Amino acid sequence: MIDELVYMLTDPLMQRALIAALLVGLTAPIVGTYLVQRRLSLLGDGIGHVALTGVALGWLVGAAMGLVPQDVLAIPGAVIAAVVGSVAIEIVRSRGRTSGDVALALLFYGGIAGGVLLIGIAGGTQSNLMAYLFGSISTVTGADLVLTVILGVVILAVGLGLRAALFTVSQDEEFAIASGLPVRFLNIAVAVVAALTVTVAMRVVGLLLVSALMIVPVAVAQLVTRSFSRTMLLAAIVGVTVCVTGLSITYWHNWSPGATIVVLAIVVYAVVATVAPAIARGRRRHHHDPHPDIPDDVRVRPESTSVQGAPAAERKGGDDPCSA
Amino acid sequence: MISARGVCVRLGASDILHGVDLTVTDGEVVALLGANGSGKSTLVRSLVGVLPLAAGSVELLGSPLGPSVDWERVGYVPQRVSAQSGVPSTAREVVSSGLLHGRRLRLPRGWRTRTDEALELVGLRDRAQDSTSELSGGQQQRVLIARALVRRPDVMILDEPVAGVDQPSQEAFAATMRRLVSQGLTVLVVLHELGELAPLVTRAVVLRHGQVVHDGAPPAASPGTTTRRTSTSTPTTTTRATTRAPPSTSPTPG
Repeated sequence: MIDELVYMLTDPLMQRALIAALLVGLTAPIVGTYLVQRRLSLLGDGIGHVALTGVALGWLVGAAMGLVPQDVLAIPGAVIAAVVGSVAIEIVRSRGRTSGDVALALLFYGGIAGGVLLIGIAGGTQSNLMAYLFGSISTVTGADLVLTVILGVVILAVGLGLRAALFTVSQDEEFAIASGLPVRFLNIAVAVVAALTVTVAMRVVGLLLVSALMIVPVAVAQLVTRSFSRTMLLAAIVGVTVCVTGLSITYWHNWSPGATIVVLAIVVYAVVATVAPAIARGRRRHHHDPHPDIPDDVRVRPESTSVQGAPAAERKGGDDPCSA
Repeated sequence: MISARGVCVRLGASDILHGVDLTVTDGEVVALLGANGSGKSTLVRSLVGVLPLAAGSVELLGSPLGPSVDWERVGYVPQRVSAQSGVPSTAREVVSSGLLHGRRLRLPRGWRTRTDEALELVGLRDRAQDSTSELSGGQQQRVLIARALVRRPDVMILDEPVAGVDQPSQEAFAATMRRLVSQGLTVLVVLHELGELAPLVTRAVVLRHGQVVHDGAPPAASPGTTTRRTSTSTPTTTTRATTRAPPSTSPTPG
């Protein structure tokens, strides 16, 4: 077993793949936390679909310029398309003309159709797109890795460095505006970082499953946390764990890495969702009252002794018979 | 502190405000009253730049609305929205976001102490680490007030701070405001009825159909001059104000 692990870790192909998986597992949930907070869980999916058009567009340009291999521009194409697409979604959302929902739907369909159409024009086949749709971490080259690391650093710098400001604007946009924060800049920063995350994660899990890595770890974390910072931290831990574990599994089993990672994340969610309520019951500090903590507004008339001060006294002493 | 001239706001095809003038000077406590749909919330939201002006101008602290405003001195409390954000956040995290403003995108040193002080002011110090979803509506509202207070503002703009808020939270809020106003805070507050705040209010502005119909003494002192809705609420306002005027015991919140 140990030998097998050492063998895996010394395999240069696997080393590159593991570093990429680690970065994706770390960055995707951090960005995903902001997306979940602003109720844009499906934004990653929308961007992923647009990135497919970018892949095909890069391919088309590469073919036209006679570059070898033809897909050398696929990733830059994906980066550009994803950034343009995400900024477009943000502008549509902030104008409020079309609901974010419809804007996303347009991107989903337009992105996939555009990708398939363009790859055909470029002389490729739909199977060329498969590597991008479902990931191809085993083909990560040294150059790919460098790009992944650079983008990962940018994502972390923005996602962590501007955390307080991004939290504020995601939590209550109206208050952020009334505080004079550069709300438009911050919104676009989230959108661009989400786009970069999608293109980084594309190699590992594929465009169709990118969003799962941004959202599922956050969903897991939310089950057990009460604070934003803890949610982000725990989501990143879950993300890194499932990415590295999932990838390692596929070293021994010939399974799709992307699908393995995502299924693993969902299994973690299912386990935590089952176990968390029991744990929460066990470690609750004070008595557990499922009702929100609302003092009684209804003043019950004291039965015989209707003294002026009675309601207040009653409210103080008797609002929870169980704790008496 | 606040100066609005000829403010017009258009939402979609309808004119919500036409030509509203409003001035709030240093140390005043101005109540903005009016029926539902009279444009109160629209007015305060346009005063802080959330809604664009179709015409007119707004100055906050002597600067035209925009990046030149000293946002650090303005505390805004929006109307509470019941929808929770997607990710849990603690009262402390929400309040700490009030420390950011146009010229500060990162939390300052000592943010935790300042945040806890603000929570102390609204009587929620012991709930700092609780998720806001575990708090009652009134307590959530107090968290939003603490978020505005944490930057130690010179002027506060509050939108219906006591609407749908439980009685202990209302009393705690009134006590907090009494203390801050005595220290010189300027306040513009949207209210449905004066309620607990009646003794503090120095001037009332009444909106009706997007226009100012009364600007002067609070309704208690000038009965019958305002709209039907406010004049019907006047007796309750006065009785509540007189019966509750001498609250010698400071209410213990929470």
